[in-house]
Amino acid sequence: MKAVVSVMGVDRTGIIAKVSGCLYKHSVNILDINQTIMQNIFTMVMLVEFSKDSKDYNLVMNELDKISKEIGVEIRMQNEDIFNSMHRI
Amino acid sequence: MINTREIVETIKMISDEHLDVRTITMGISLLDCIDSHAEKACEKIYEKITRLAKDLVKTGEDISRQYGIPIINKRISVTPISIIAGASDADNYVMFAKTLDRAAKDTGVNFIGGFSALVQKGFTKGDRILIESIPEALAQTERVCSSVCVATTKAGINMNAVKLMGETIKKTAELTADNDSFGCAKLVVFSNAVEDNPFMAGAFHGVGEGDCVINVGVSGPCVVKSALEKATGKDLGTVAETIKKTAFKITRMGQLVAQEASKRLGVPFGIVDLSLAPTPEVGDSVAYILEAMGLEKCGTHGTTAALALLNDAVKKGGVMASSYVGGLSGAFIPVSEDAGMIAAAECGTLTLDKLEAMTCVCSVGLDMIAVPGDTPAETISAIIADESAIGMINQKTTAVRIIPVIGKTVGESVEFGGLLGYAPIMPVHKESSAEFIHRGGRIPAPIHSLKN
Repeated sequence: MKAVVSVMGVDRTGIIAKVSGCLYKHSVNILDINQTIMQNIFTMVMLVEFSKDSKDYNLVMNELDKISKEIGVEIRMQNEDIFNSMHRI
Repeated sequence: MINTREIVETIKMISDEHLDVRTITMGISLLDCIDSHAEKACEKIYEKITRLAKDLVKTGEDISRQYGIPIINKRISVTPISIIAGASDADNYVMFAKTLDRAAKDTGVNFIGGFSALVQKGFTKGDRILIESIPEALAQTERVCSSVCVATTKAGINMNAVKLMGETIKKTAELTADNDSFGCAKLVVFSNAVEDNPFMAGAFHGVGEGDCVINVGVSGPCVVKSALEKATGKDLGTVAETIKKTAFKITRMGQLVAQEASKRLGVPFGIVDLSLAPTPEVGDSVAYILEAMGLEKCGTHGTTAALALLNDAVKKGGVMASSYVGGLSGAFIPVSEDAGMIAAAECGTLTLDKLEAMTCVCSVGLDMIAVPGDTPAETISAIIADESAIGMINQKTTAVRIIPVIGKTVGESVEFGGLLGYAPIMPVHKESSAEFIHRGGRIPAPIHSLKN
């Protein structure tokens, strides 16, 4: 299953390191990564893939929630299907 | 991969513009729970609902978390109880309502619909007992919703039922007077009721439906309004296009949630209801969409035209986004649940008469309207009759959910709380309709040619 991890907030050191570190720890593969500044907000979007070796989706989400609170940026992980269904016919 | 702009757009819709799935509603047939002993029937009803819906709330929450989409309500609709209870020996159906309430609480859903009767042409014994039981049932239960269909395009209007429902609404208001007549917020009177509506309080599971089905209602007035703000100054063709594109996206999300819920619960997917359902949250208002089109206040001249455009464009955008569309599908205009409608009603621009005109071009009808507690039952019946006539003639669903707030009058307001919001008490005409209502009988079904 593929999911989109989006990170938005004020730029600071270590955002990518923290998020990708967490994904690595739980054996979630990063397929694509895209970082930009939109309207002065740091915006990073990652496409990640859960394989059979990956840890449980909810567990990874909880970990990401913790990082979100720790470094003060918004982190979301959403099943990729929502974006495909809304933006592609 | 989907590009960053599209991802950010979706996230913004959810976080800033209140985009959500309003309800996942499981429709459950109770036809196989019929029993001549009322207690036995209630046992079967409780067992079937709790068995089929035991994972409904958890599944909704799981989907919500994994997709990052808020799913506000999980609900259940059942076969009209008048049909089920009508086969039993009971002479009062409050025990059936209590059974539904218990099943709703034990499955964790916030409303259960289907304490209903379809009496557009006449009453069965079960229909009469059910309607007589409504006031007590709504006063003694928390989560049960009731609806009665009094008219259809093919059958005409059952004016005896219209009269009875005026009295029933008054009785319900009196029995729940301590709670600002809240019971009436759970009671809908329909013309052309639909069998697969996922929205409360009018949801029931029609007899033409399968054993169990998942229907989903989407929402998103604020998303539409935000999109329209980007089309400021453009002509109305562009406005319609903008609404269509937005409705498409909203509905696709509903379709995805519906399919996922259907798969996880092992229950067939029924329909997506394309309604724009407002909430009292600031900005999540249908009235604000109309105002974004260029009306100073909802209710002023031009409102009906703007609403017609909105309603049609929502349907056109949504129909292509979903494989099966049904339910009520249109823009809702519940006064108490819509910050813009509340404001327009408070300043007197939005009147009952204008709302009635608006219901000619949108779903559903006079919804969540608070009127003075001393409004005569016949006046309420007459309001129902007017609304039923609009539905009957225009071959559309219309409804009345009106709350005569006991002890309150024009100038005061009533707070229902949560998604039901608050409402100013709106004035009704003082002139009597009693003689018309007391005639009773039926208004014959209309002719379908010579349309003018």
